[in-house]
Amino acid sequence: MNDQTLFSIFFSALVVNNFTLALFLGLCPFMGVSARVETALRMGFANIFVLVLTSLAAWFLNTYILETAPYLRIISFIIVIASLVQIVETAIKKLSPALFRQLGIFLPLITTNCAILGLAIFQTNRGYGFLQGLTFAIGAGLGLTLALVLMASIRESVEFSDVPGIAKGTGLVLIIAGTLSMAFMGFAGLL
Amino acid sequence: MRTTTAQQDFIRGIWKENPVLIQMLGLCPALAVTNSVANALAMSGATFFVMSCSSVLISTCKRFIPHEVRISAYILVIATFVTLADMLLQAYAPAQHKELGAFIALIVVNCMILGRQESFSSKNTVFRSLLDAFGTGIGFTIALVMMGGFREILGTGSFLGFPLFGPNFEPWVIMVLPAGGFLTLGFILLALGAFEQHKKDKAPRKQVQTVEASS
Amino acid sequence: MSQDNNSNGNRIDVDIQVENSDTAAAQDAPAPEEVSTFRLVATLAVAGVLAGLLIVLVNLHTKPIIDKYKAEQLQLAVYEVLPGVERYDTYYLVNDTLSLALPAGAKESEFKRVYVGRNSEGQATGVAISRGESGFQDVIMVIFGYDPIGGTLSGMKILDSKETPGLGDKIFKDMNFVDQFFKGPETPLLGVKTGAGKGQPNEIDMITGATISSKAVIGIINHALEEWKPILDKGIPEAPAVAESAEVAQ
Repeated sequence: MNDQTLFSIFFSALVVNNFTLALFLGLCPFMGVSARVETALRMGFANIFVLVLTSLAAWFLNTYILETAPYLRIISFIIVIASLVQIVETAIKKLSPALFRQLGIFLPLITTNCAILGLAIFQTNRGYGFLQGLTFAIGAGLGLTLALVLMASIRESVEFSDVPGIAKGTGLVLIIAGTLSMAFMGFAGLL
Repeated sequence: MRTTTAQQDFIRGIWKENPVLIQMLGLCPALAVTNSVANALAMSGATFFVMSCSSVLISTCKRFIPHEVRISAYILVIATFVTLADMLLQAYAPAQHKELGAFIALIVVNCMILGRQESFSSKNTVFRSLLDAFGTGIGFTIALVMMGGFREILGTGSFLGFPLFGPNFEPWVIMVLPAGGFLTLGFILLALGAFEQHKKDKAPRKQVQTVEASS
Repeated sequence: MSQDNNSNGNRIDVDIQVENSDTAAAQDAPAPEEVSTFRLVATLAVAGVLAGLLIVLVNLHTKPIIDKYKAEQLQLAVYEVLPGVERYDTYYLVNDTLSLALPAGAKESEFKRVYVGRNSEGQATGVAISRGESGFQDVIMVIFGYDPIGGTLSGMKILDSKETPGLGDKIFKDMNFVDQFFKGPETPLLGVKTGAGKGQPNEIDMITGATISSKAVIGIINHALEEWKPILDKGIPEAPAVAESAEVAQ
């Protein structure tokens, strides 16, 4: 069991060790999707949902099944994640076709989102218990959403600026990300 | 059947279609573990191993993998080799394994590997797939070592642990922090973009000259 | 698959959407025949079994190497923070008492433990305790040696740290800082800014520019002692008969 308090886990995942800006997880949606705030918010919340489910599944697997075969961890995690995303996608499709259309291509993307598998691995390595894992997932998800929304709103403003041709696209996004990451470093002393 | 030559299959992954710098795949490891050249090499090595083995295996078995479950099958194969790489690294290079930490497992979701299986290995011979994997792997290594070198030299004043500058060198610490990763890749892409732009600006003039010369 | 310069998200999206919907006609795969569910499941099952076998084989080979390395690292760390001990025994915290043995069927990882160092006569001369807490960047793992009779420290080693290179990582790179823990400071420790100390026996000079990391290390040791002192004060069990004792100095 890890000695960290729930508050420090939550706060750390949210800003101090922000999943995207400090741990480099969840970069695929960050680069590609983050051009509009609304889209970013939806992507973020979809991720939070999957992250929480993954945390539960990982805790369950770790506690009951993987004790005897720790080397099967990576395979079982990725299979569970892929299945979870598939189930979530099918469920949303049936329950709310409107939401499904809005989320569109984002859902399958979540499977290859490093943040999901990353959460499962970090949770295992740090030995988080049930509640700790959940807090971690919520904090990480909110942190991811925060980074996505910040990037989206900055890009919305940048669209009206005069950016040199060569910088348009990913180069600019990365430099903005670097600046955001530096800004977030300011949170480091808080805990 | 592809109409490219074996040589082309090998060469294009190295620079022209470099997975990190041109295709923007595999960014998570490219930014996370390039805070030193040693880490960059270790990650490249592990990824190279996983990608080569996966490409060969999937190309060998491509006829047995039904289309509907192919993505799951690819992920299963890749995850297996990642697990193997993780275990082998932990046994034979424990210091590097500790540095890379969770990111070894994250090789599984490296879009680059899955992309190669989907677009190449599942449709080509074993030999070509191996060449493709090697080329892409070398391209990945080049990109990572470039970033790792940049960040380590500026951030700690050393290369592979060997100090390059005297004791008066004030290391630019931000380079080995996450922000430095973003900035380094951003600036490399800017430089590449500028280079491409420069080439484009020169090209039309060359063509006009040739036409004039031949008329 | 076209190699265009879109964000990779679009590429993978196309892959998976093609898999989910049944428009396989667009692919250059052989004519889409009805593949039985049995074949689909069987393929994955066979693949899974083969994968499992391969992993188990490699694991059999690597596990002993990995375990040996971990044990060596722990041994090195304990001997470093307990200078002068001949050997050490691992005691687990079972029902608020120190016990060499775990309850039947219990998982070792669930129990807190300390390492009791013994001299050649089998007397307990120091206890090594490890603990991890948040530093500036991430969790710092510390192991330190404690003399329960004198209430002083015999040494400290950072087991794991992801602190800022060039600043926070001085907690293990700056020997002036580390050596202080080997000079028998009294507990509980008090961190002071370099030069501002009053010369008290429990003062530790913190690293300029890495105050938070230094404070974290000091805090970890103090918190660990708050937790363990009541238990250690109850007395450390006598050395077990030679046949039972665990680690021997090599």
